[in-house]
Amino acid sequence: MSVTTLPSRGIAVRQPGWIARLLDYKPFLIVMCLAPAIGLLTVFLTYPLGLGVWLAFTDTTIGQRGIYIGLENFQYLLKDPLWWNAVFYSIFYTGVATIGKFALGFWLALLLNNHFPLKSLLRAIVLLPWIVPTVLSALAFWWIYDPQFSIISYLLVDVLGVRSTNIDFLGTPWPARFSLIAANIWRGIPFVAISLLAGLQTISPSLYEAAMLDGASAWQRFRYITFPMMMPILAIVMTFSIIFTFTDFQLVYAITRGGPVNSTHLLATLAFQRGIAGGELGEGAAIAVSMIPFLVFATLFSYFGLARRKWQQGEAND
Amino acid sequence: MAWDSRARRVMMIYLPLACFVLILLFPFYWMAITSFKPNAELLNYKEHNPFWISSPTLAHIKHLLFNTAYPTWLKTTMFVAIGSTFLSLFASTLAAYAIERLRFRGSPYVGLGIYLAYLVPPSILFIPLATVIVQFGLFDSPMALILVYPTFLVPFCTWLLIGYFKSIPYELEECALVDGATRLQILRRITLPLAVPGLISAGIFSFTLSWNEFIYALAFIQSGANKTVPVAILTELVTGDVYQWGALMAGSLLGSLPVALFYSLFVDYYVSSLTGAVKE
Repeated sequence: MSVTTLPSRGIAVRQPGWIARLLDYKPFLIVMCLAPAIGLLTVFLTYPLGLGVWLAFTDTTIGQRGIYIGLENFQYLLKDPLWWNAVFYSIFYTGVATIGKFALGFWLALLLNNHFPLKSLLRAIVLLPWIVPTVLSALAFWWIYDPQFSIISYLLVDVLGVRSTNIDFLGTPWPARFSLIAANIWRGIPFVAISLLAGLQTISPSLYEAAMLDGASAWQRFRYITFPMMMPILAIVMTFSIIFTFTDFQLVYAITRGGPVNSTHLLATLAFQRGIAGGELGEGAAIAVSMIPFLVFATLFSYFGLARRKWQQGEAND
Repeated sequence: MAWDSRARRVMMIYLPLACFVLILLFPFYWMAITSFKPNAELLNYKEHNPFWISSPTLAHIKHLLFNTAYPTWLKTTMFVAIGSTFLSLFASTLAAYAIERLRFRGSPYVGLGIYLAYLVPPSILFIPLATVIVQFGLFDSPMALILVYPTFLVPFCTWLLIGYFKSIPYELEECALVDGATRLQILRRITLPLAVPGLISAGIFSFTLSWNEFIYALAFIQSGANKTVPVAILTELVTGDVYQWGALMAGSLLGSLPVALFYSLFVDYYVSSLTGAVKE
């Protein structure tokens, strides 16, 4: 045995040059392996994040280096009704859309967790809204919400006859706000449903059998087994969902661009309008930075709010 | 009793499921049907049933392919998506291997740091990133997108691949190490071939995510020829007050097809890695 391994070891040491030996030196190899990822993230993520915070305290415009002006941008924003409006709508949009996505997504996950034919095909189909580029499906919604040729108006007016006039989906503030939320929920359901379905499948069937023997009703089984067991995964998926809904950009930009009368601006679209389209980089950066406290708060709230429940109900029994 | 439970099953499961599927798929149906409708039918619901086409036409698609720069946009998007996918796979495979297999003091923190990068949303970064891109002289170049997209692809892929590497028995690598293989040989000959399913799903995720990306492409690209499909449709095809819905929907349909096809080829990887990643 030792006769066969020794020569091969000898060759492995003799053959490679200093480069190969350097690459086999663990600390060097670790640095080499991490360099591309860390390098990309530092240059295009960490540095811009810091730069963004710095820009928020300057009066930089496109083509002109700004100077430090302290909190002036933020003081200006506090007096700006459009910023307050964007704060309000961002919170409202995130709140309503998250509730909608999770209620419907959880329901869909529970439905998909049953046994029926063509189950995997159905799962694949259900994910489609999440796969297709958001802007492209947003365009389809724009067309569905058309003031004159909306298919929803057609159904309500001409087929069902429950209304006499077409709905002006995007022309007035509140209908426009809810139209966008509906499109966001539509897009978010698949991801929530598939993630929660994965969670549902980790729950051991023996728990349900035991509960059935004890005479628990379907609602009690959901309330005392499914729901608490799903808490950890719910916390993670909800944190993700809140972050990406609050900072959403594409859907609003594609369908309303913040209109009518700026009623549907999210903080991200307002930042784009001021920063890139308007050229006021400093002010745009300040709007973007003003999202951070909301994000931190929402993340802590959703994560700890749900995760604490998990500890209370005990996770030892899985 | 048997009939009763079947009726109950239909009401409680199949009916709601059918509603979900109907609503989730309707916008795609509407997109598809609009793409093939002649304008006369498109804007006249009184004489034509809007849910069906009586005389389908390829005029919108023809207009898109021959009278607009759509083929160029498709090519640019493909180039950007493939480029950023390969760059991200390269960077995240090495990173995941270092974190999961080379194990060093602090490797869990490096992993956590990379993962946290995923939680920084592009809407906060696009303004400072635009100035960075200008500094690098990459403004209006697809290269800028290829370099920037990994910021959200690398955290995701690394996370996914760490999970995959974890599932490969460590003993295999130890045996190779004892036999005198170098670390890089182990990675190339043993770990990577075993991690192919993970690489495929990371690749699909990266491809679809970069195909979908919008805000960076909108902020960093100015000239029509360098735009990606989502941005170009919105900024170049939406003109004036009268929207050409047929061409717009045809553009959306064609722009969705590559992702949908790619996805349907690998759907099992996709769903299982998505559920697997969540289970972790």
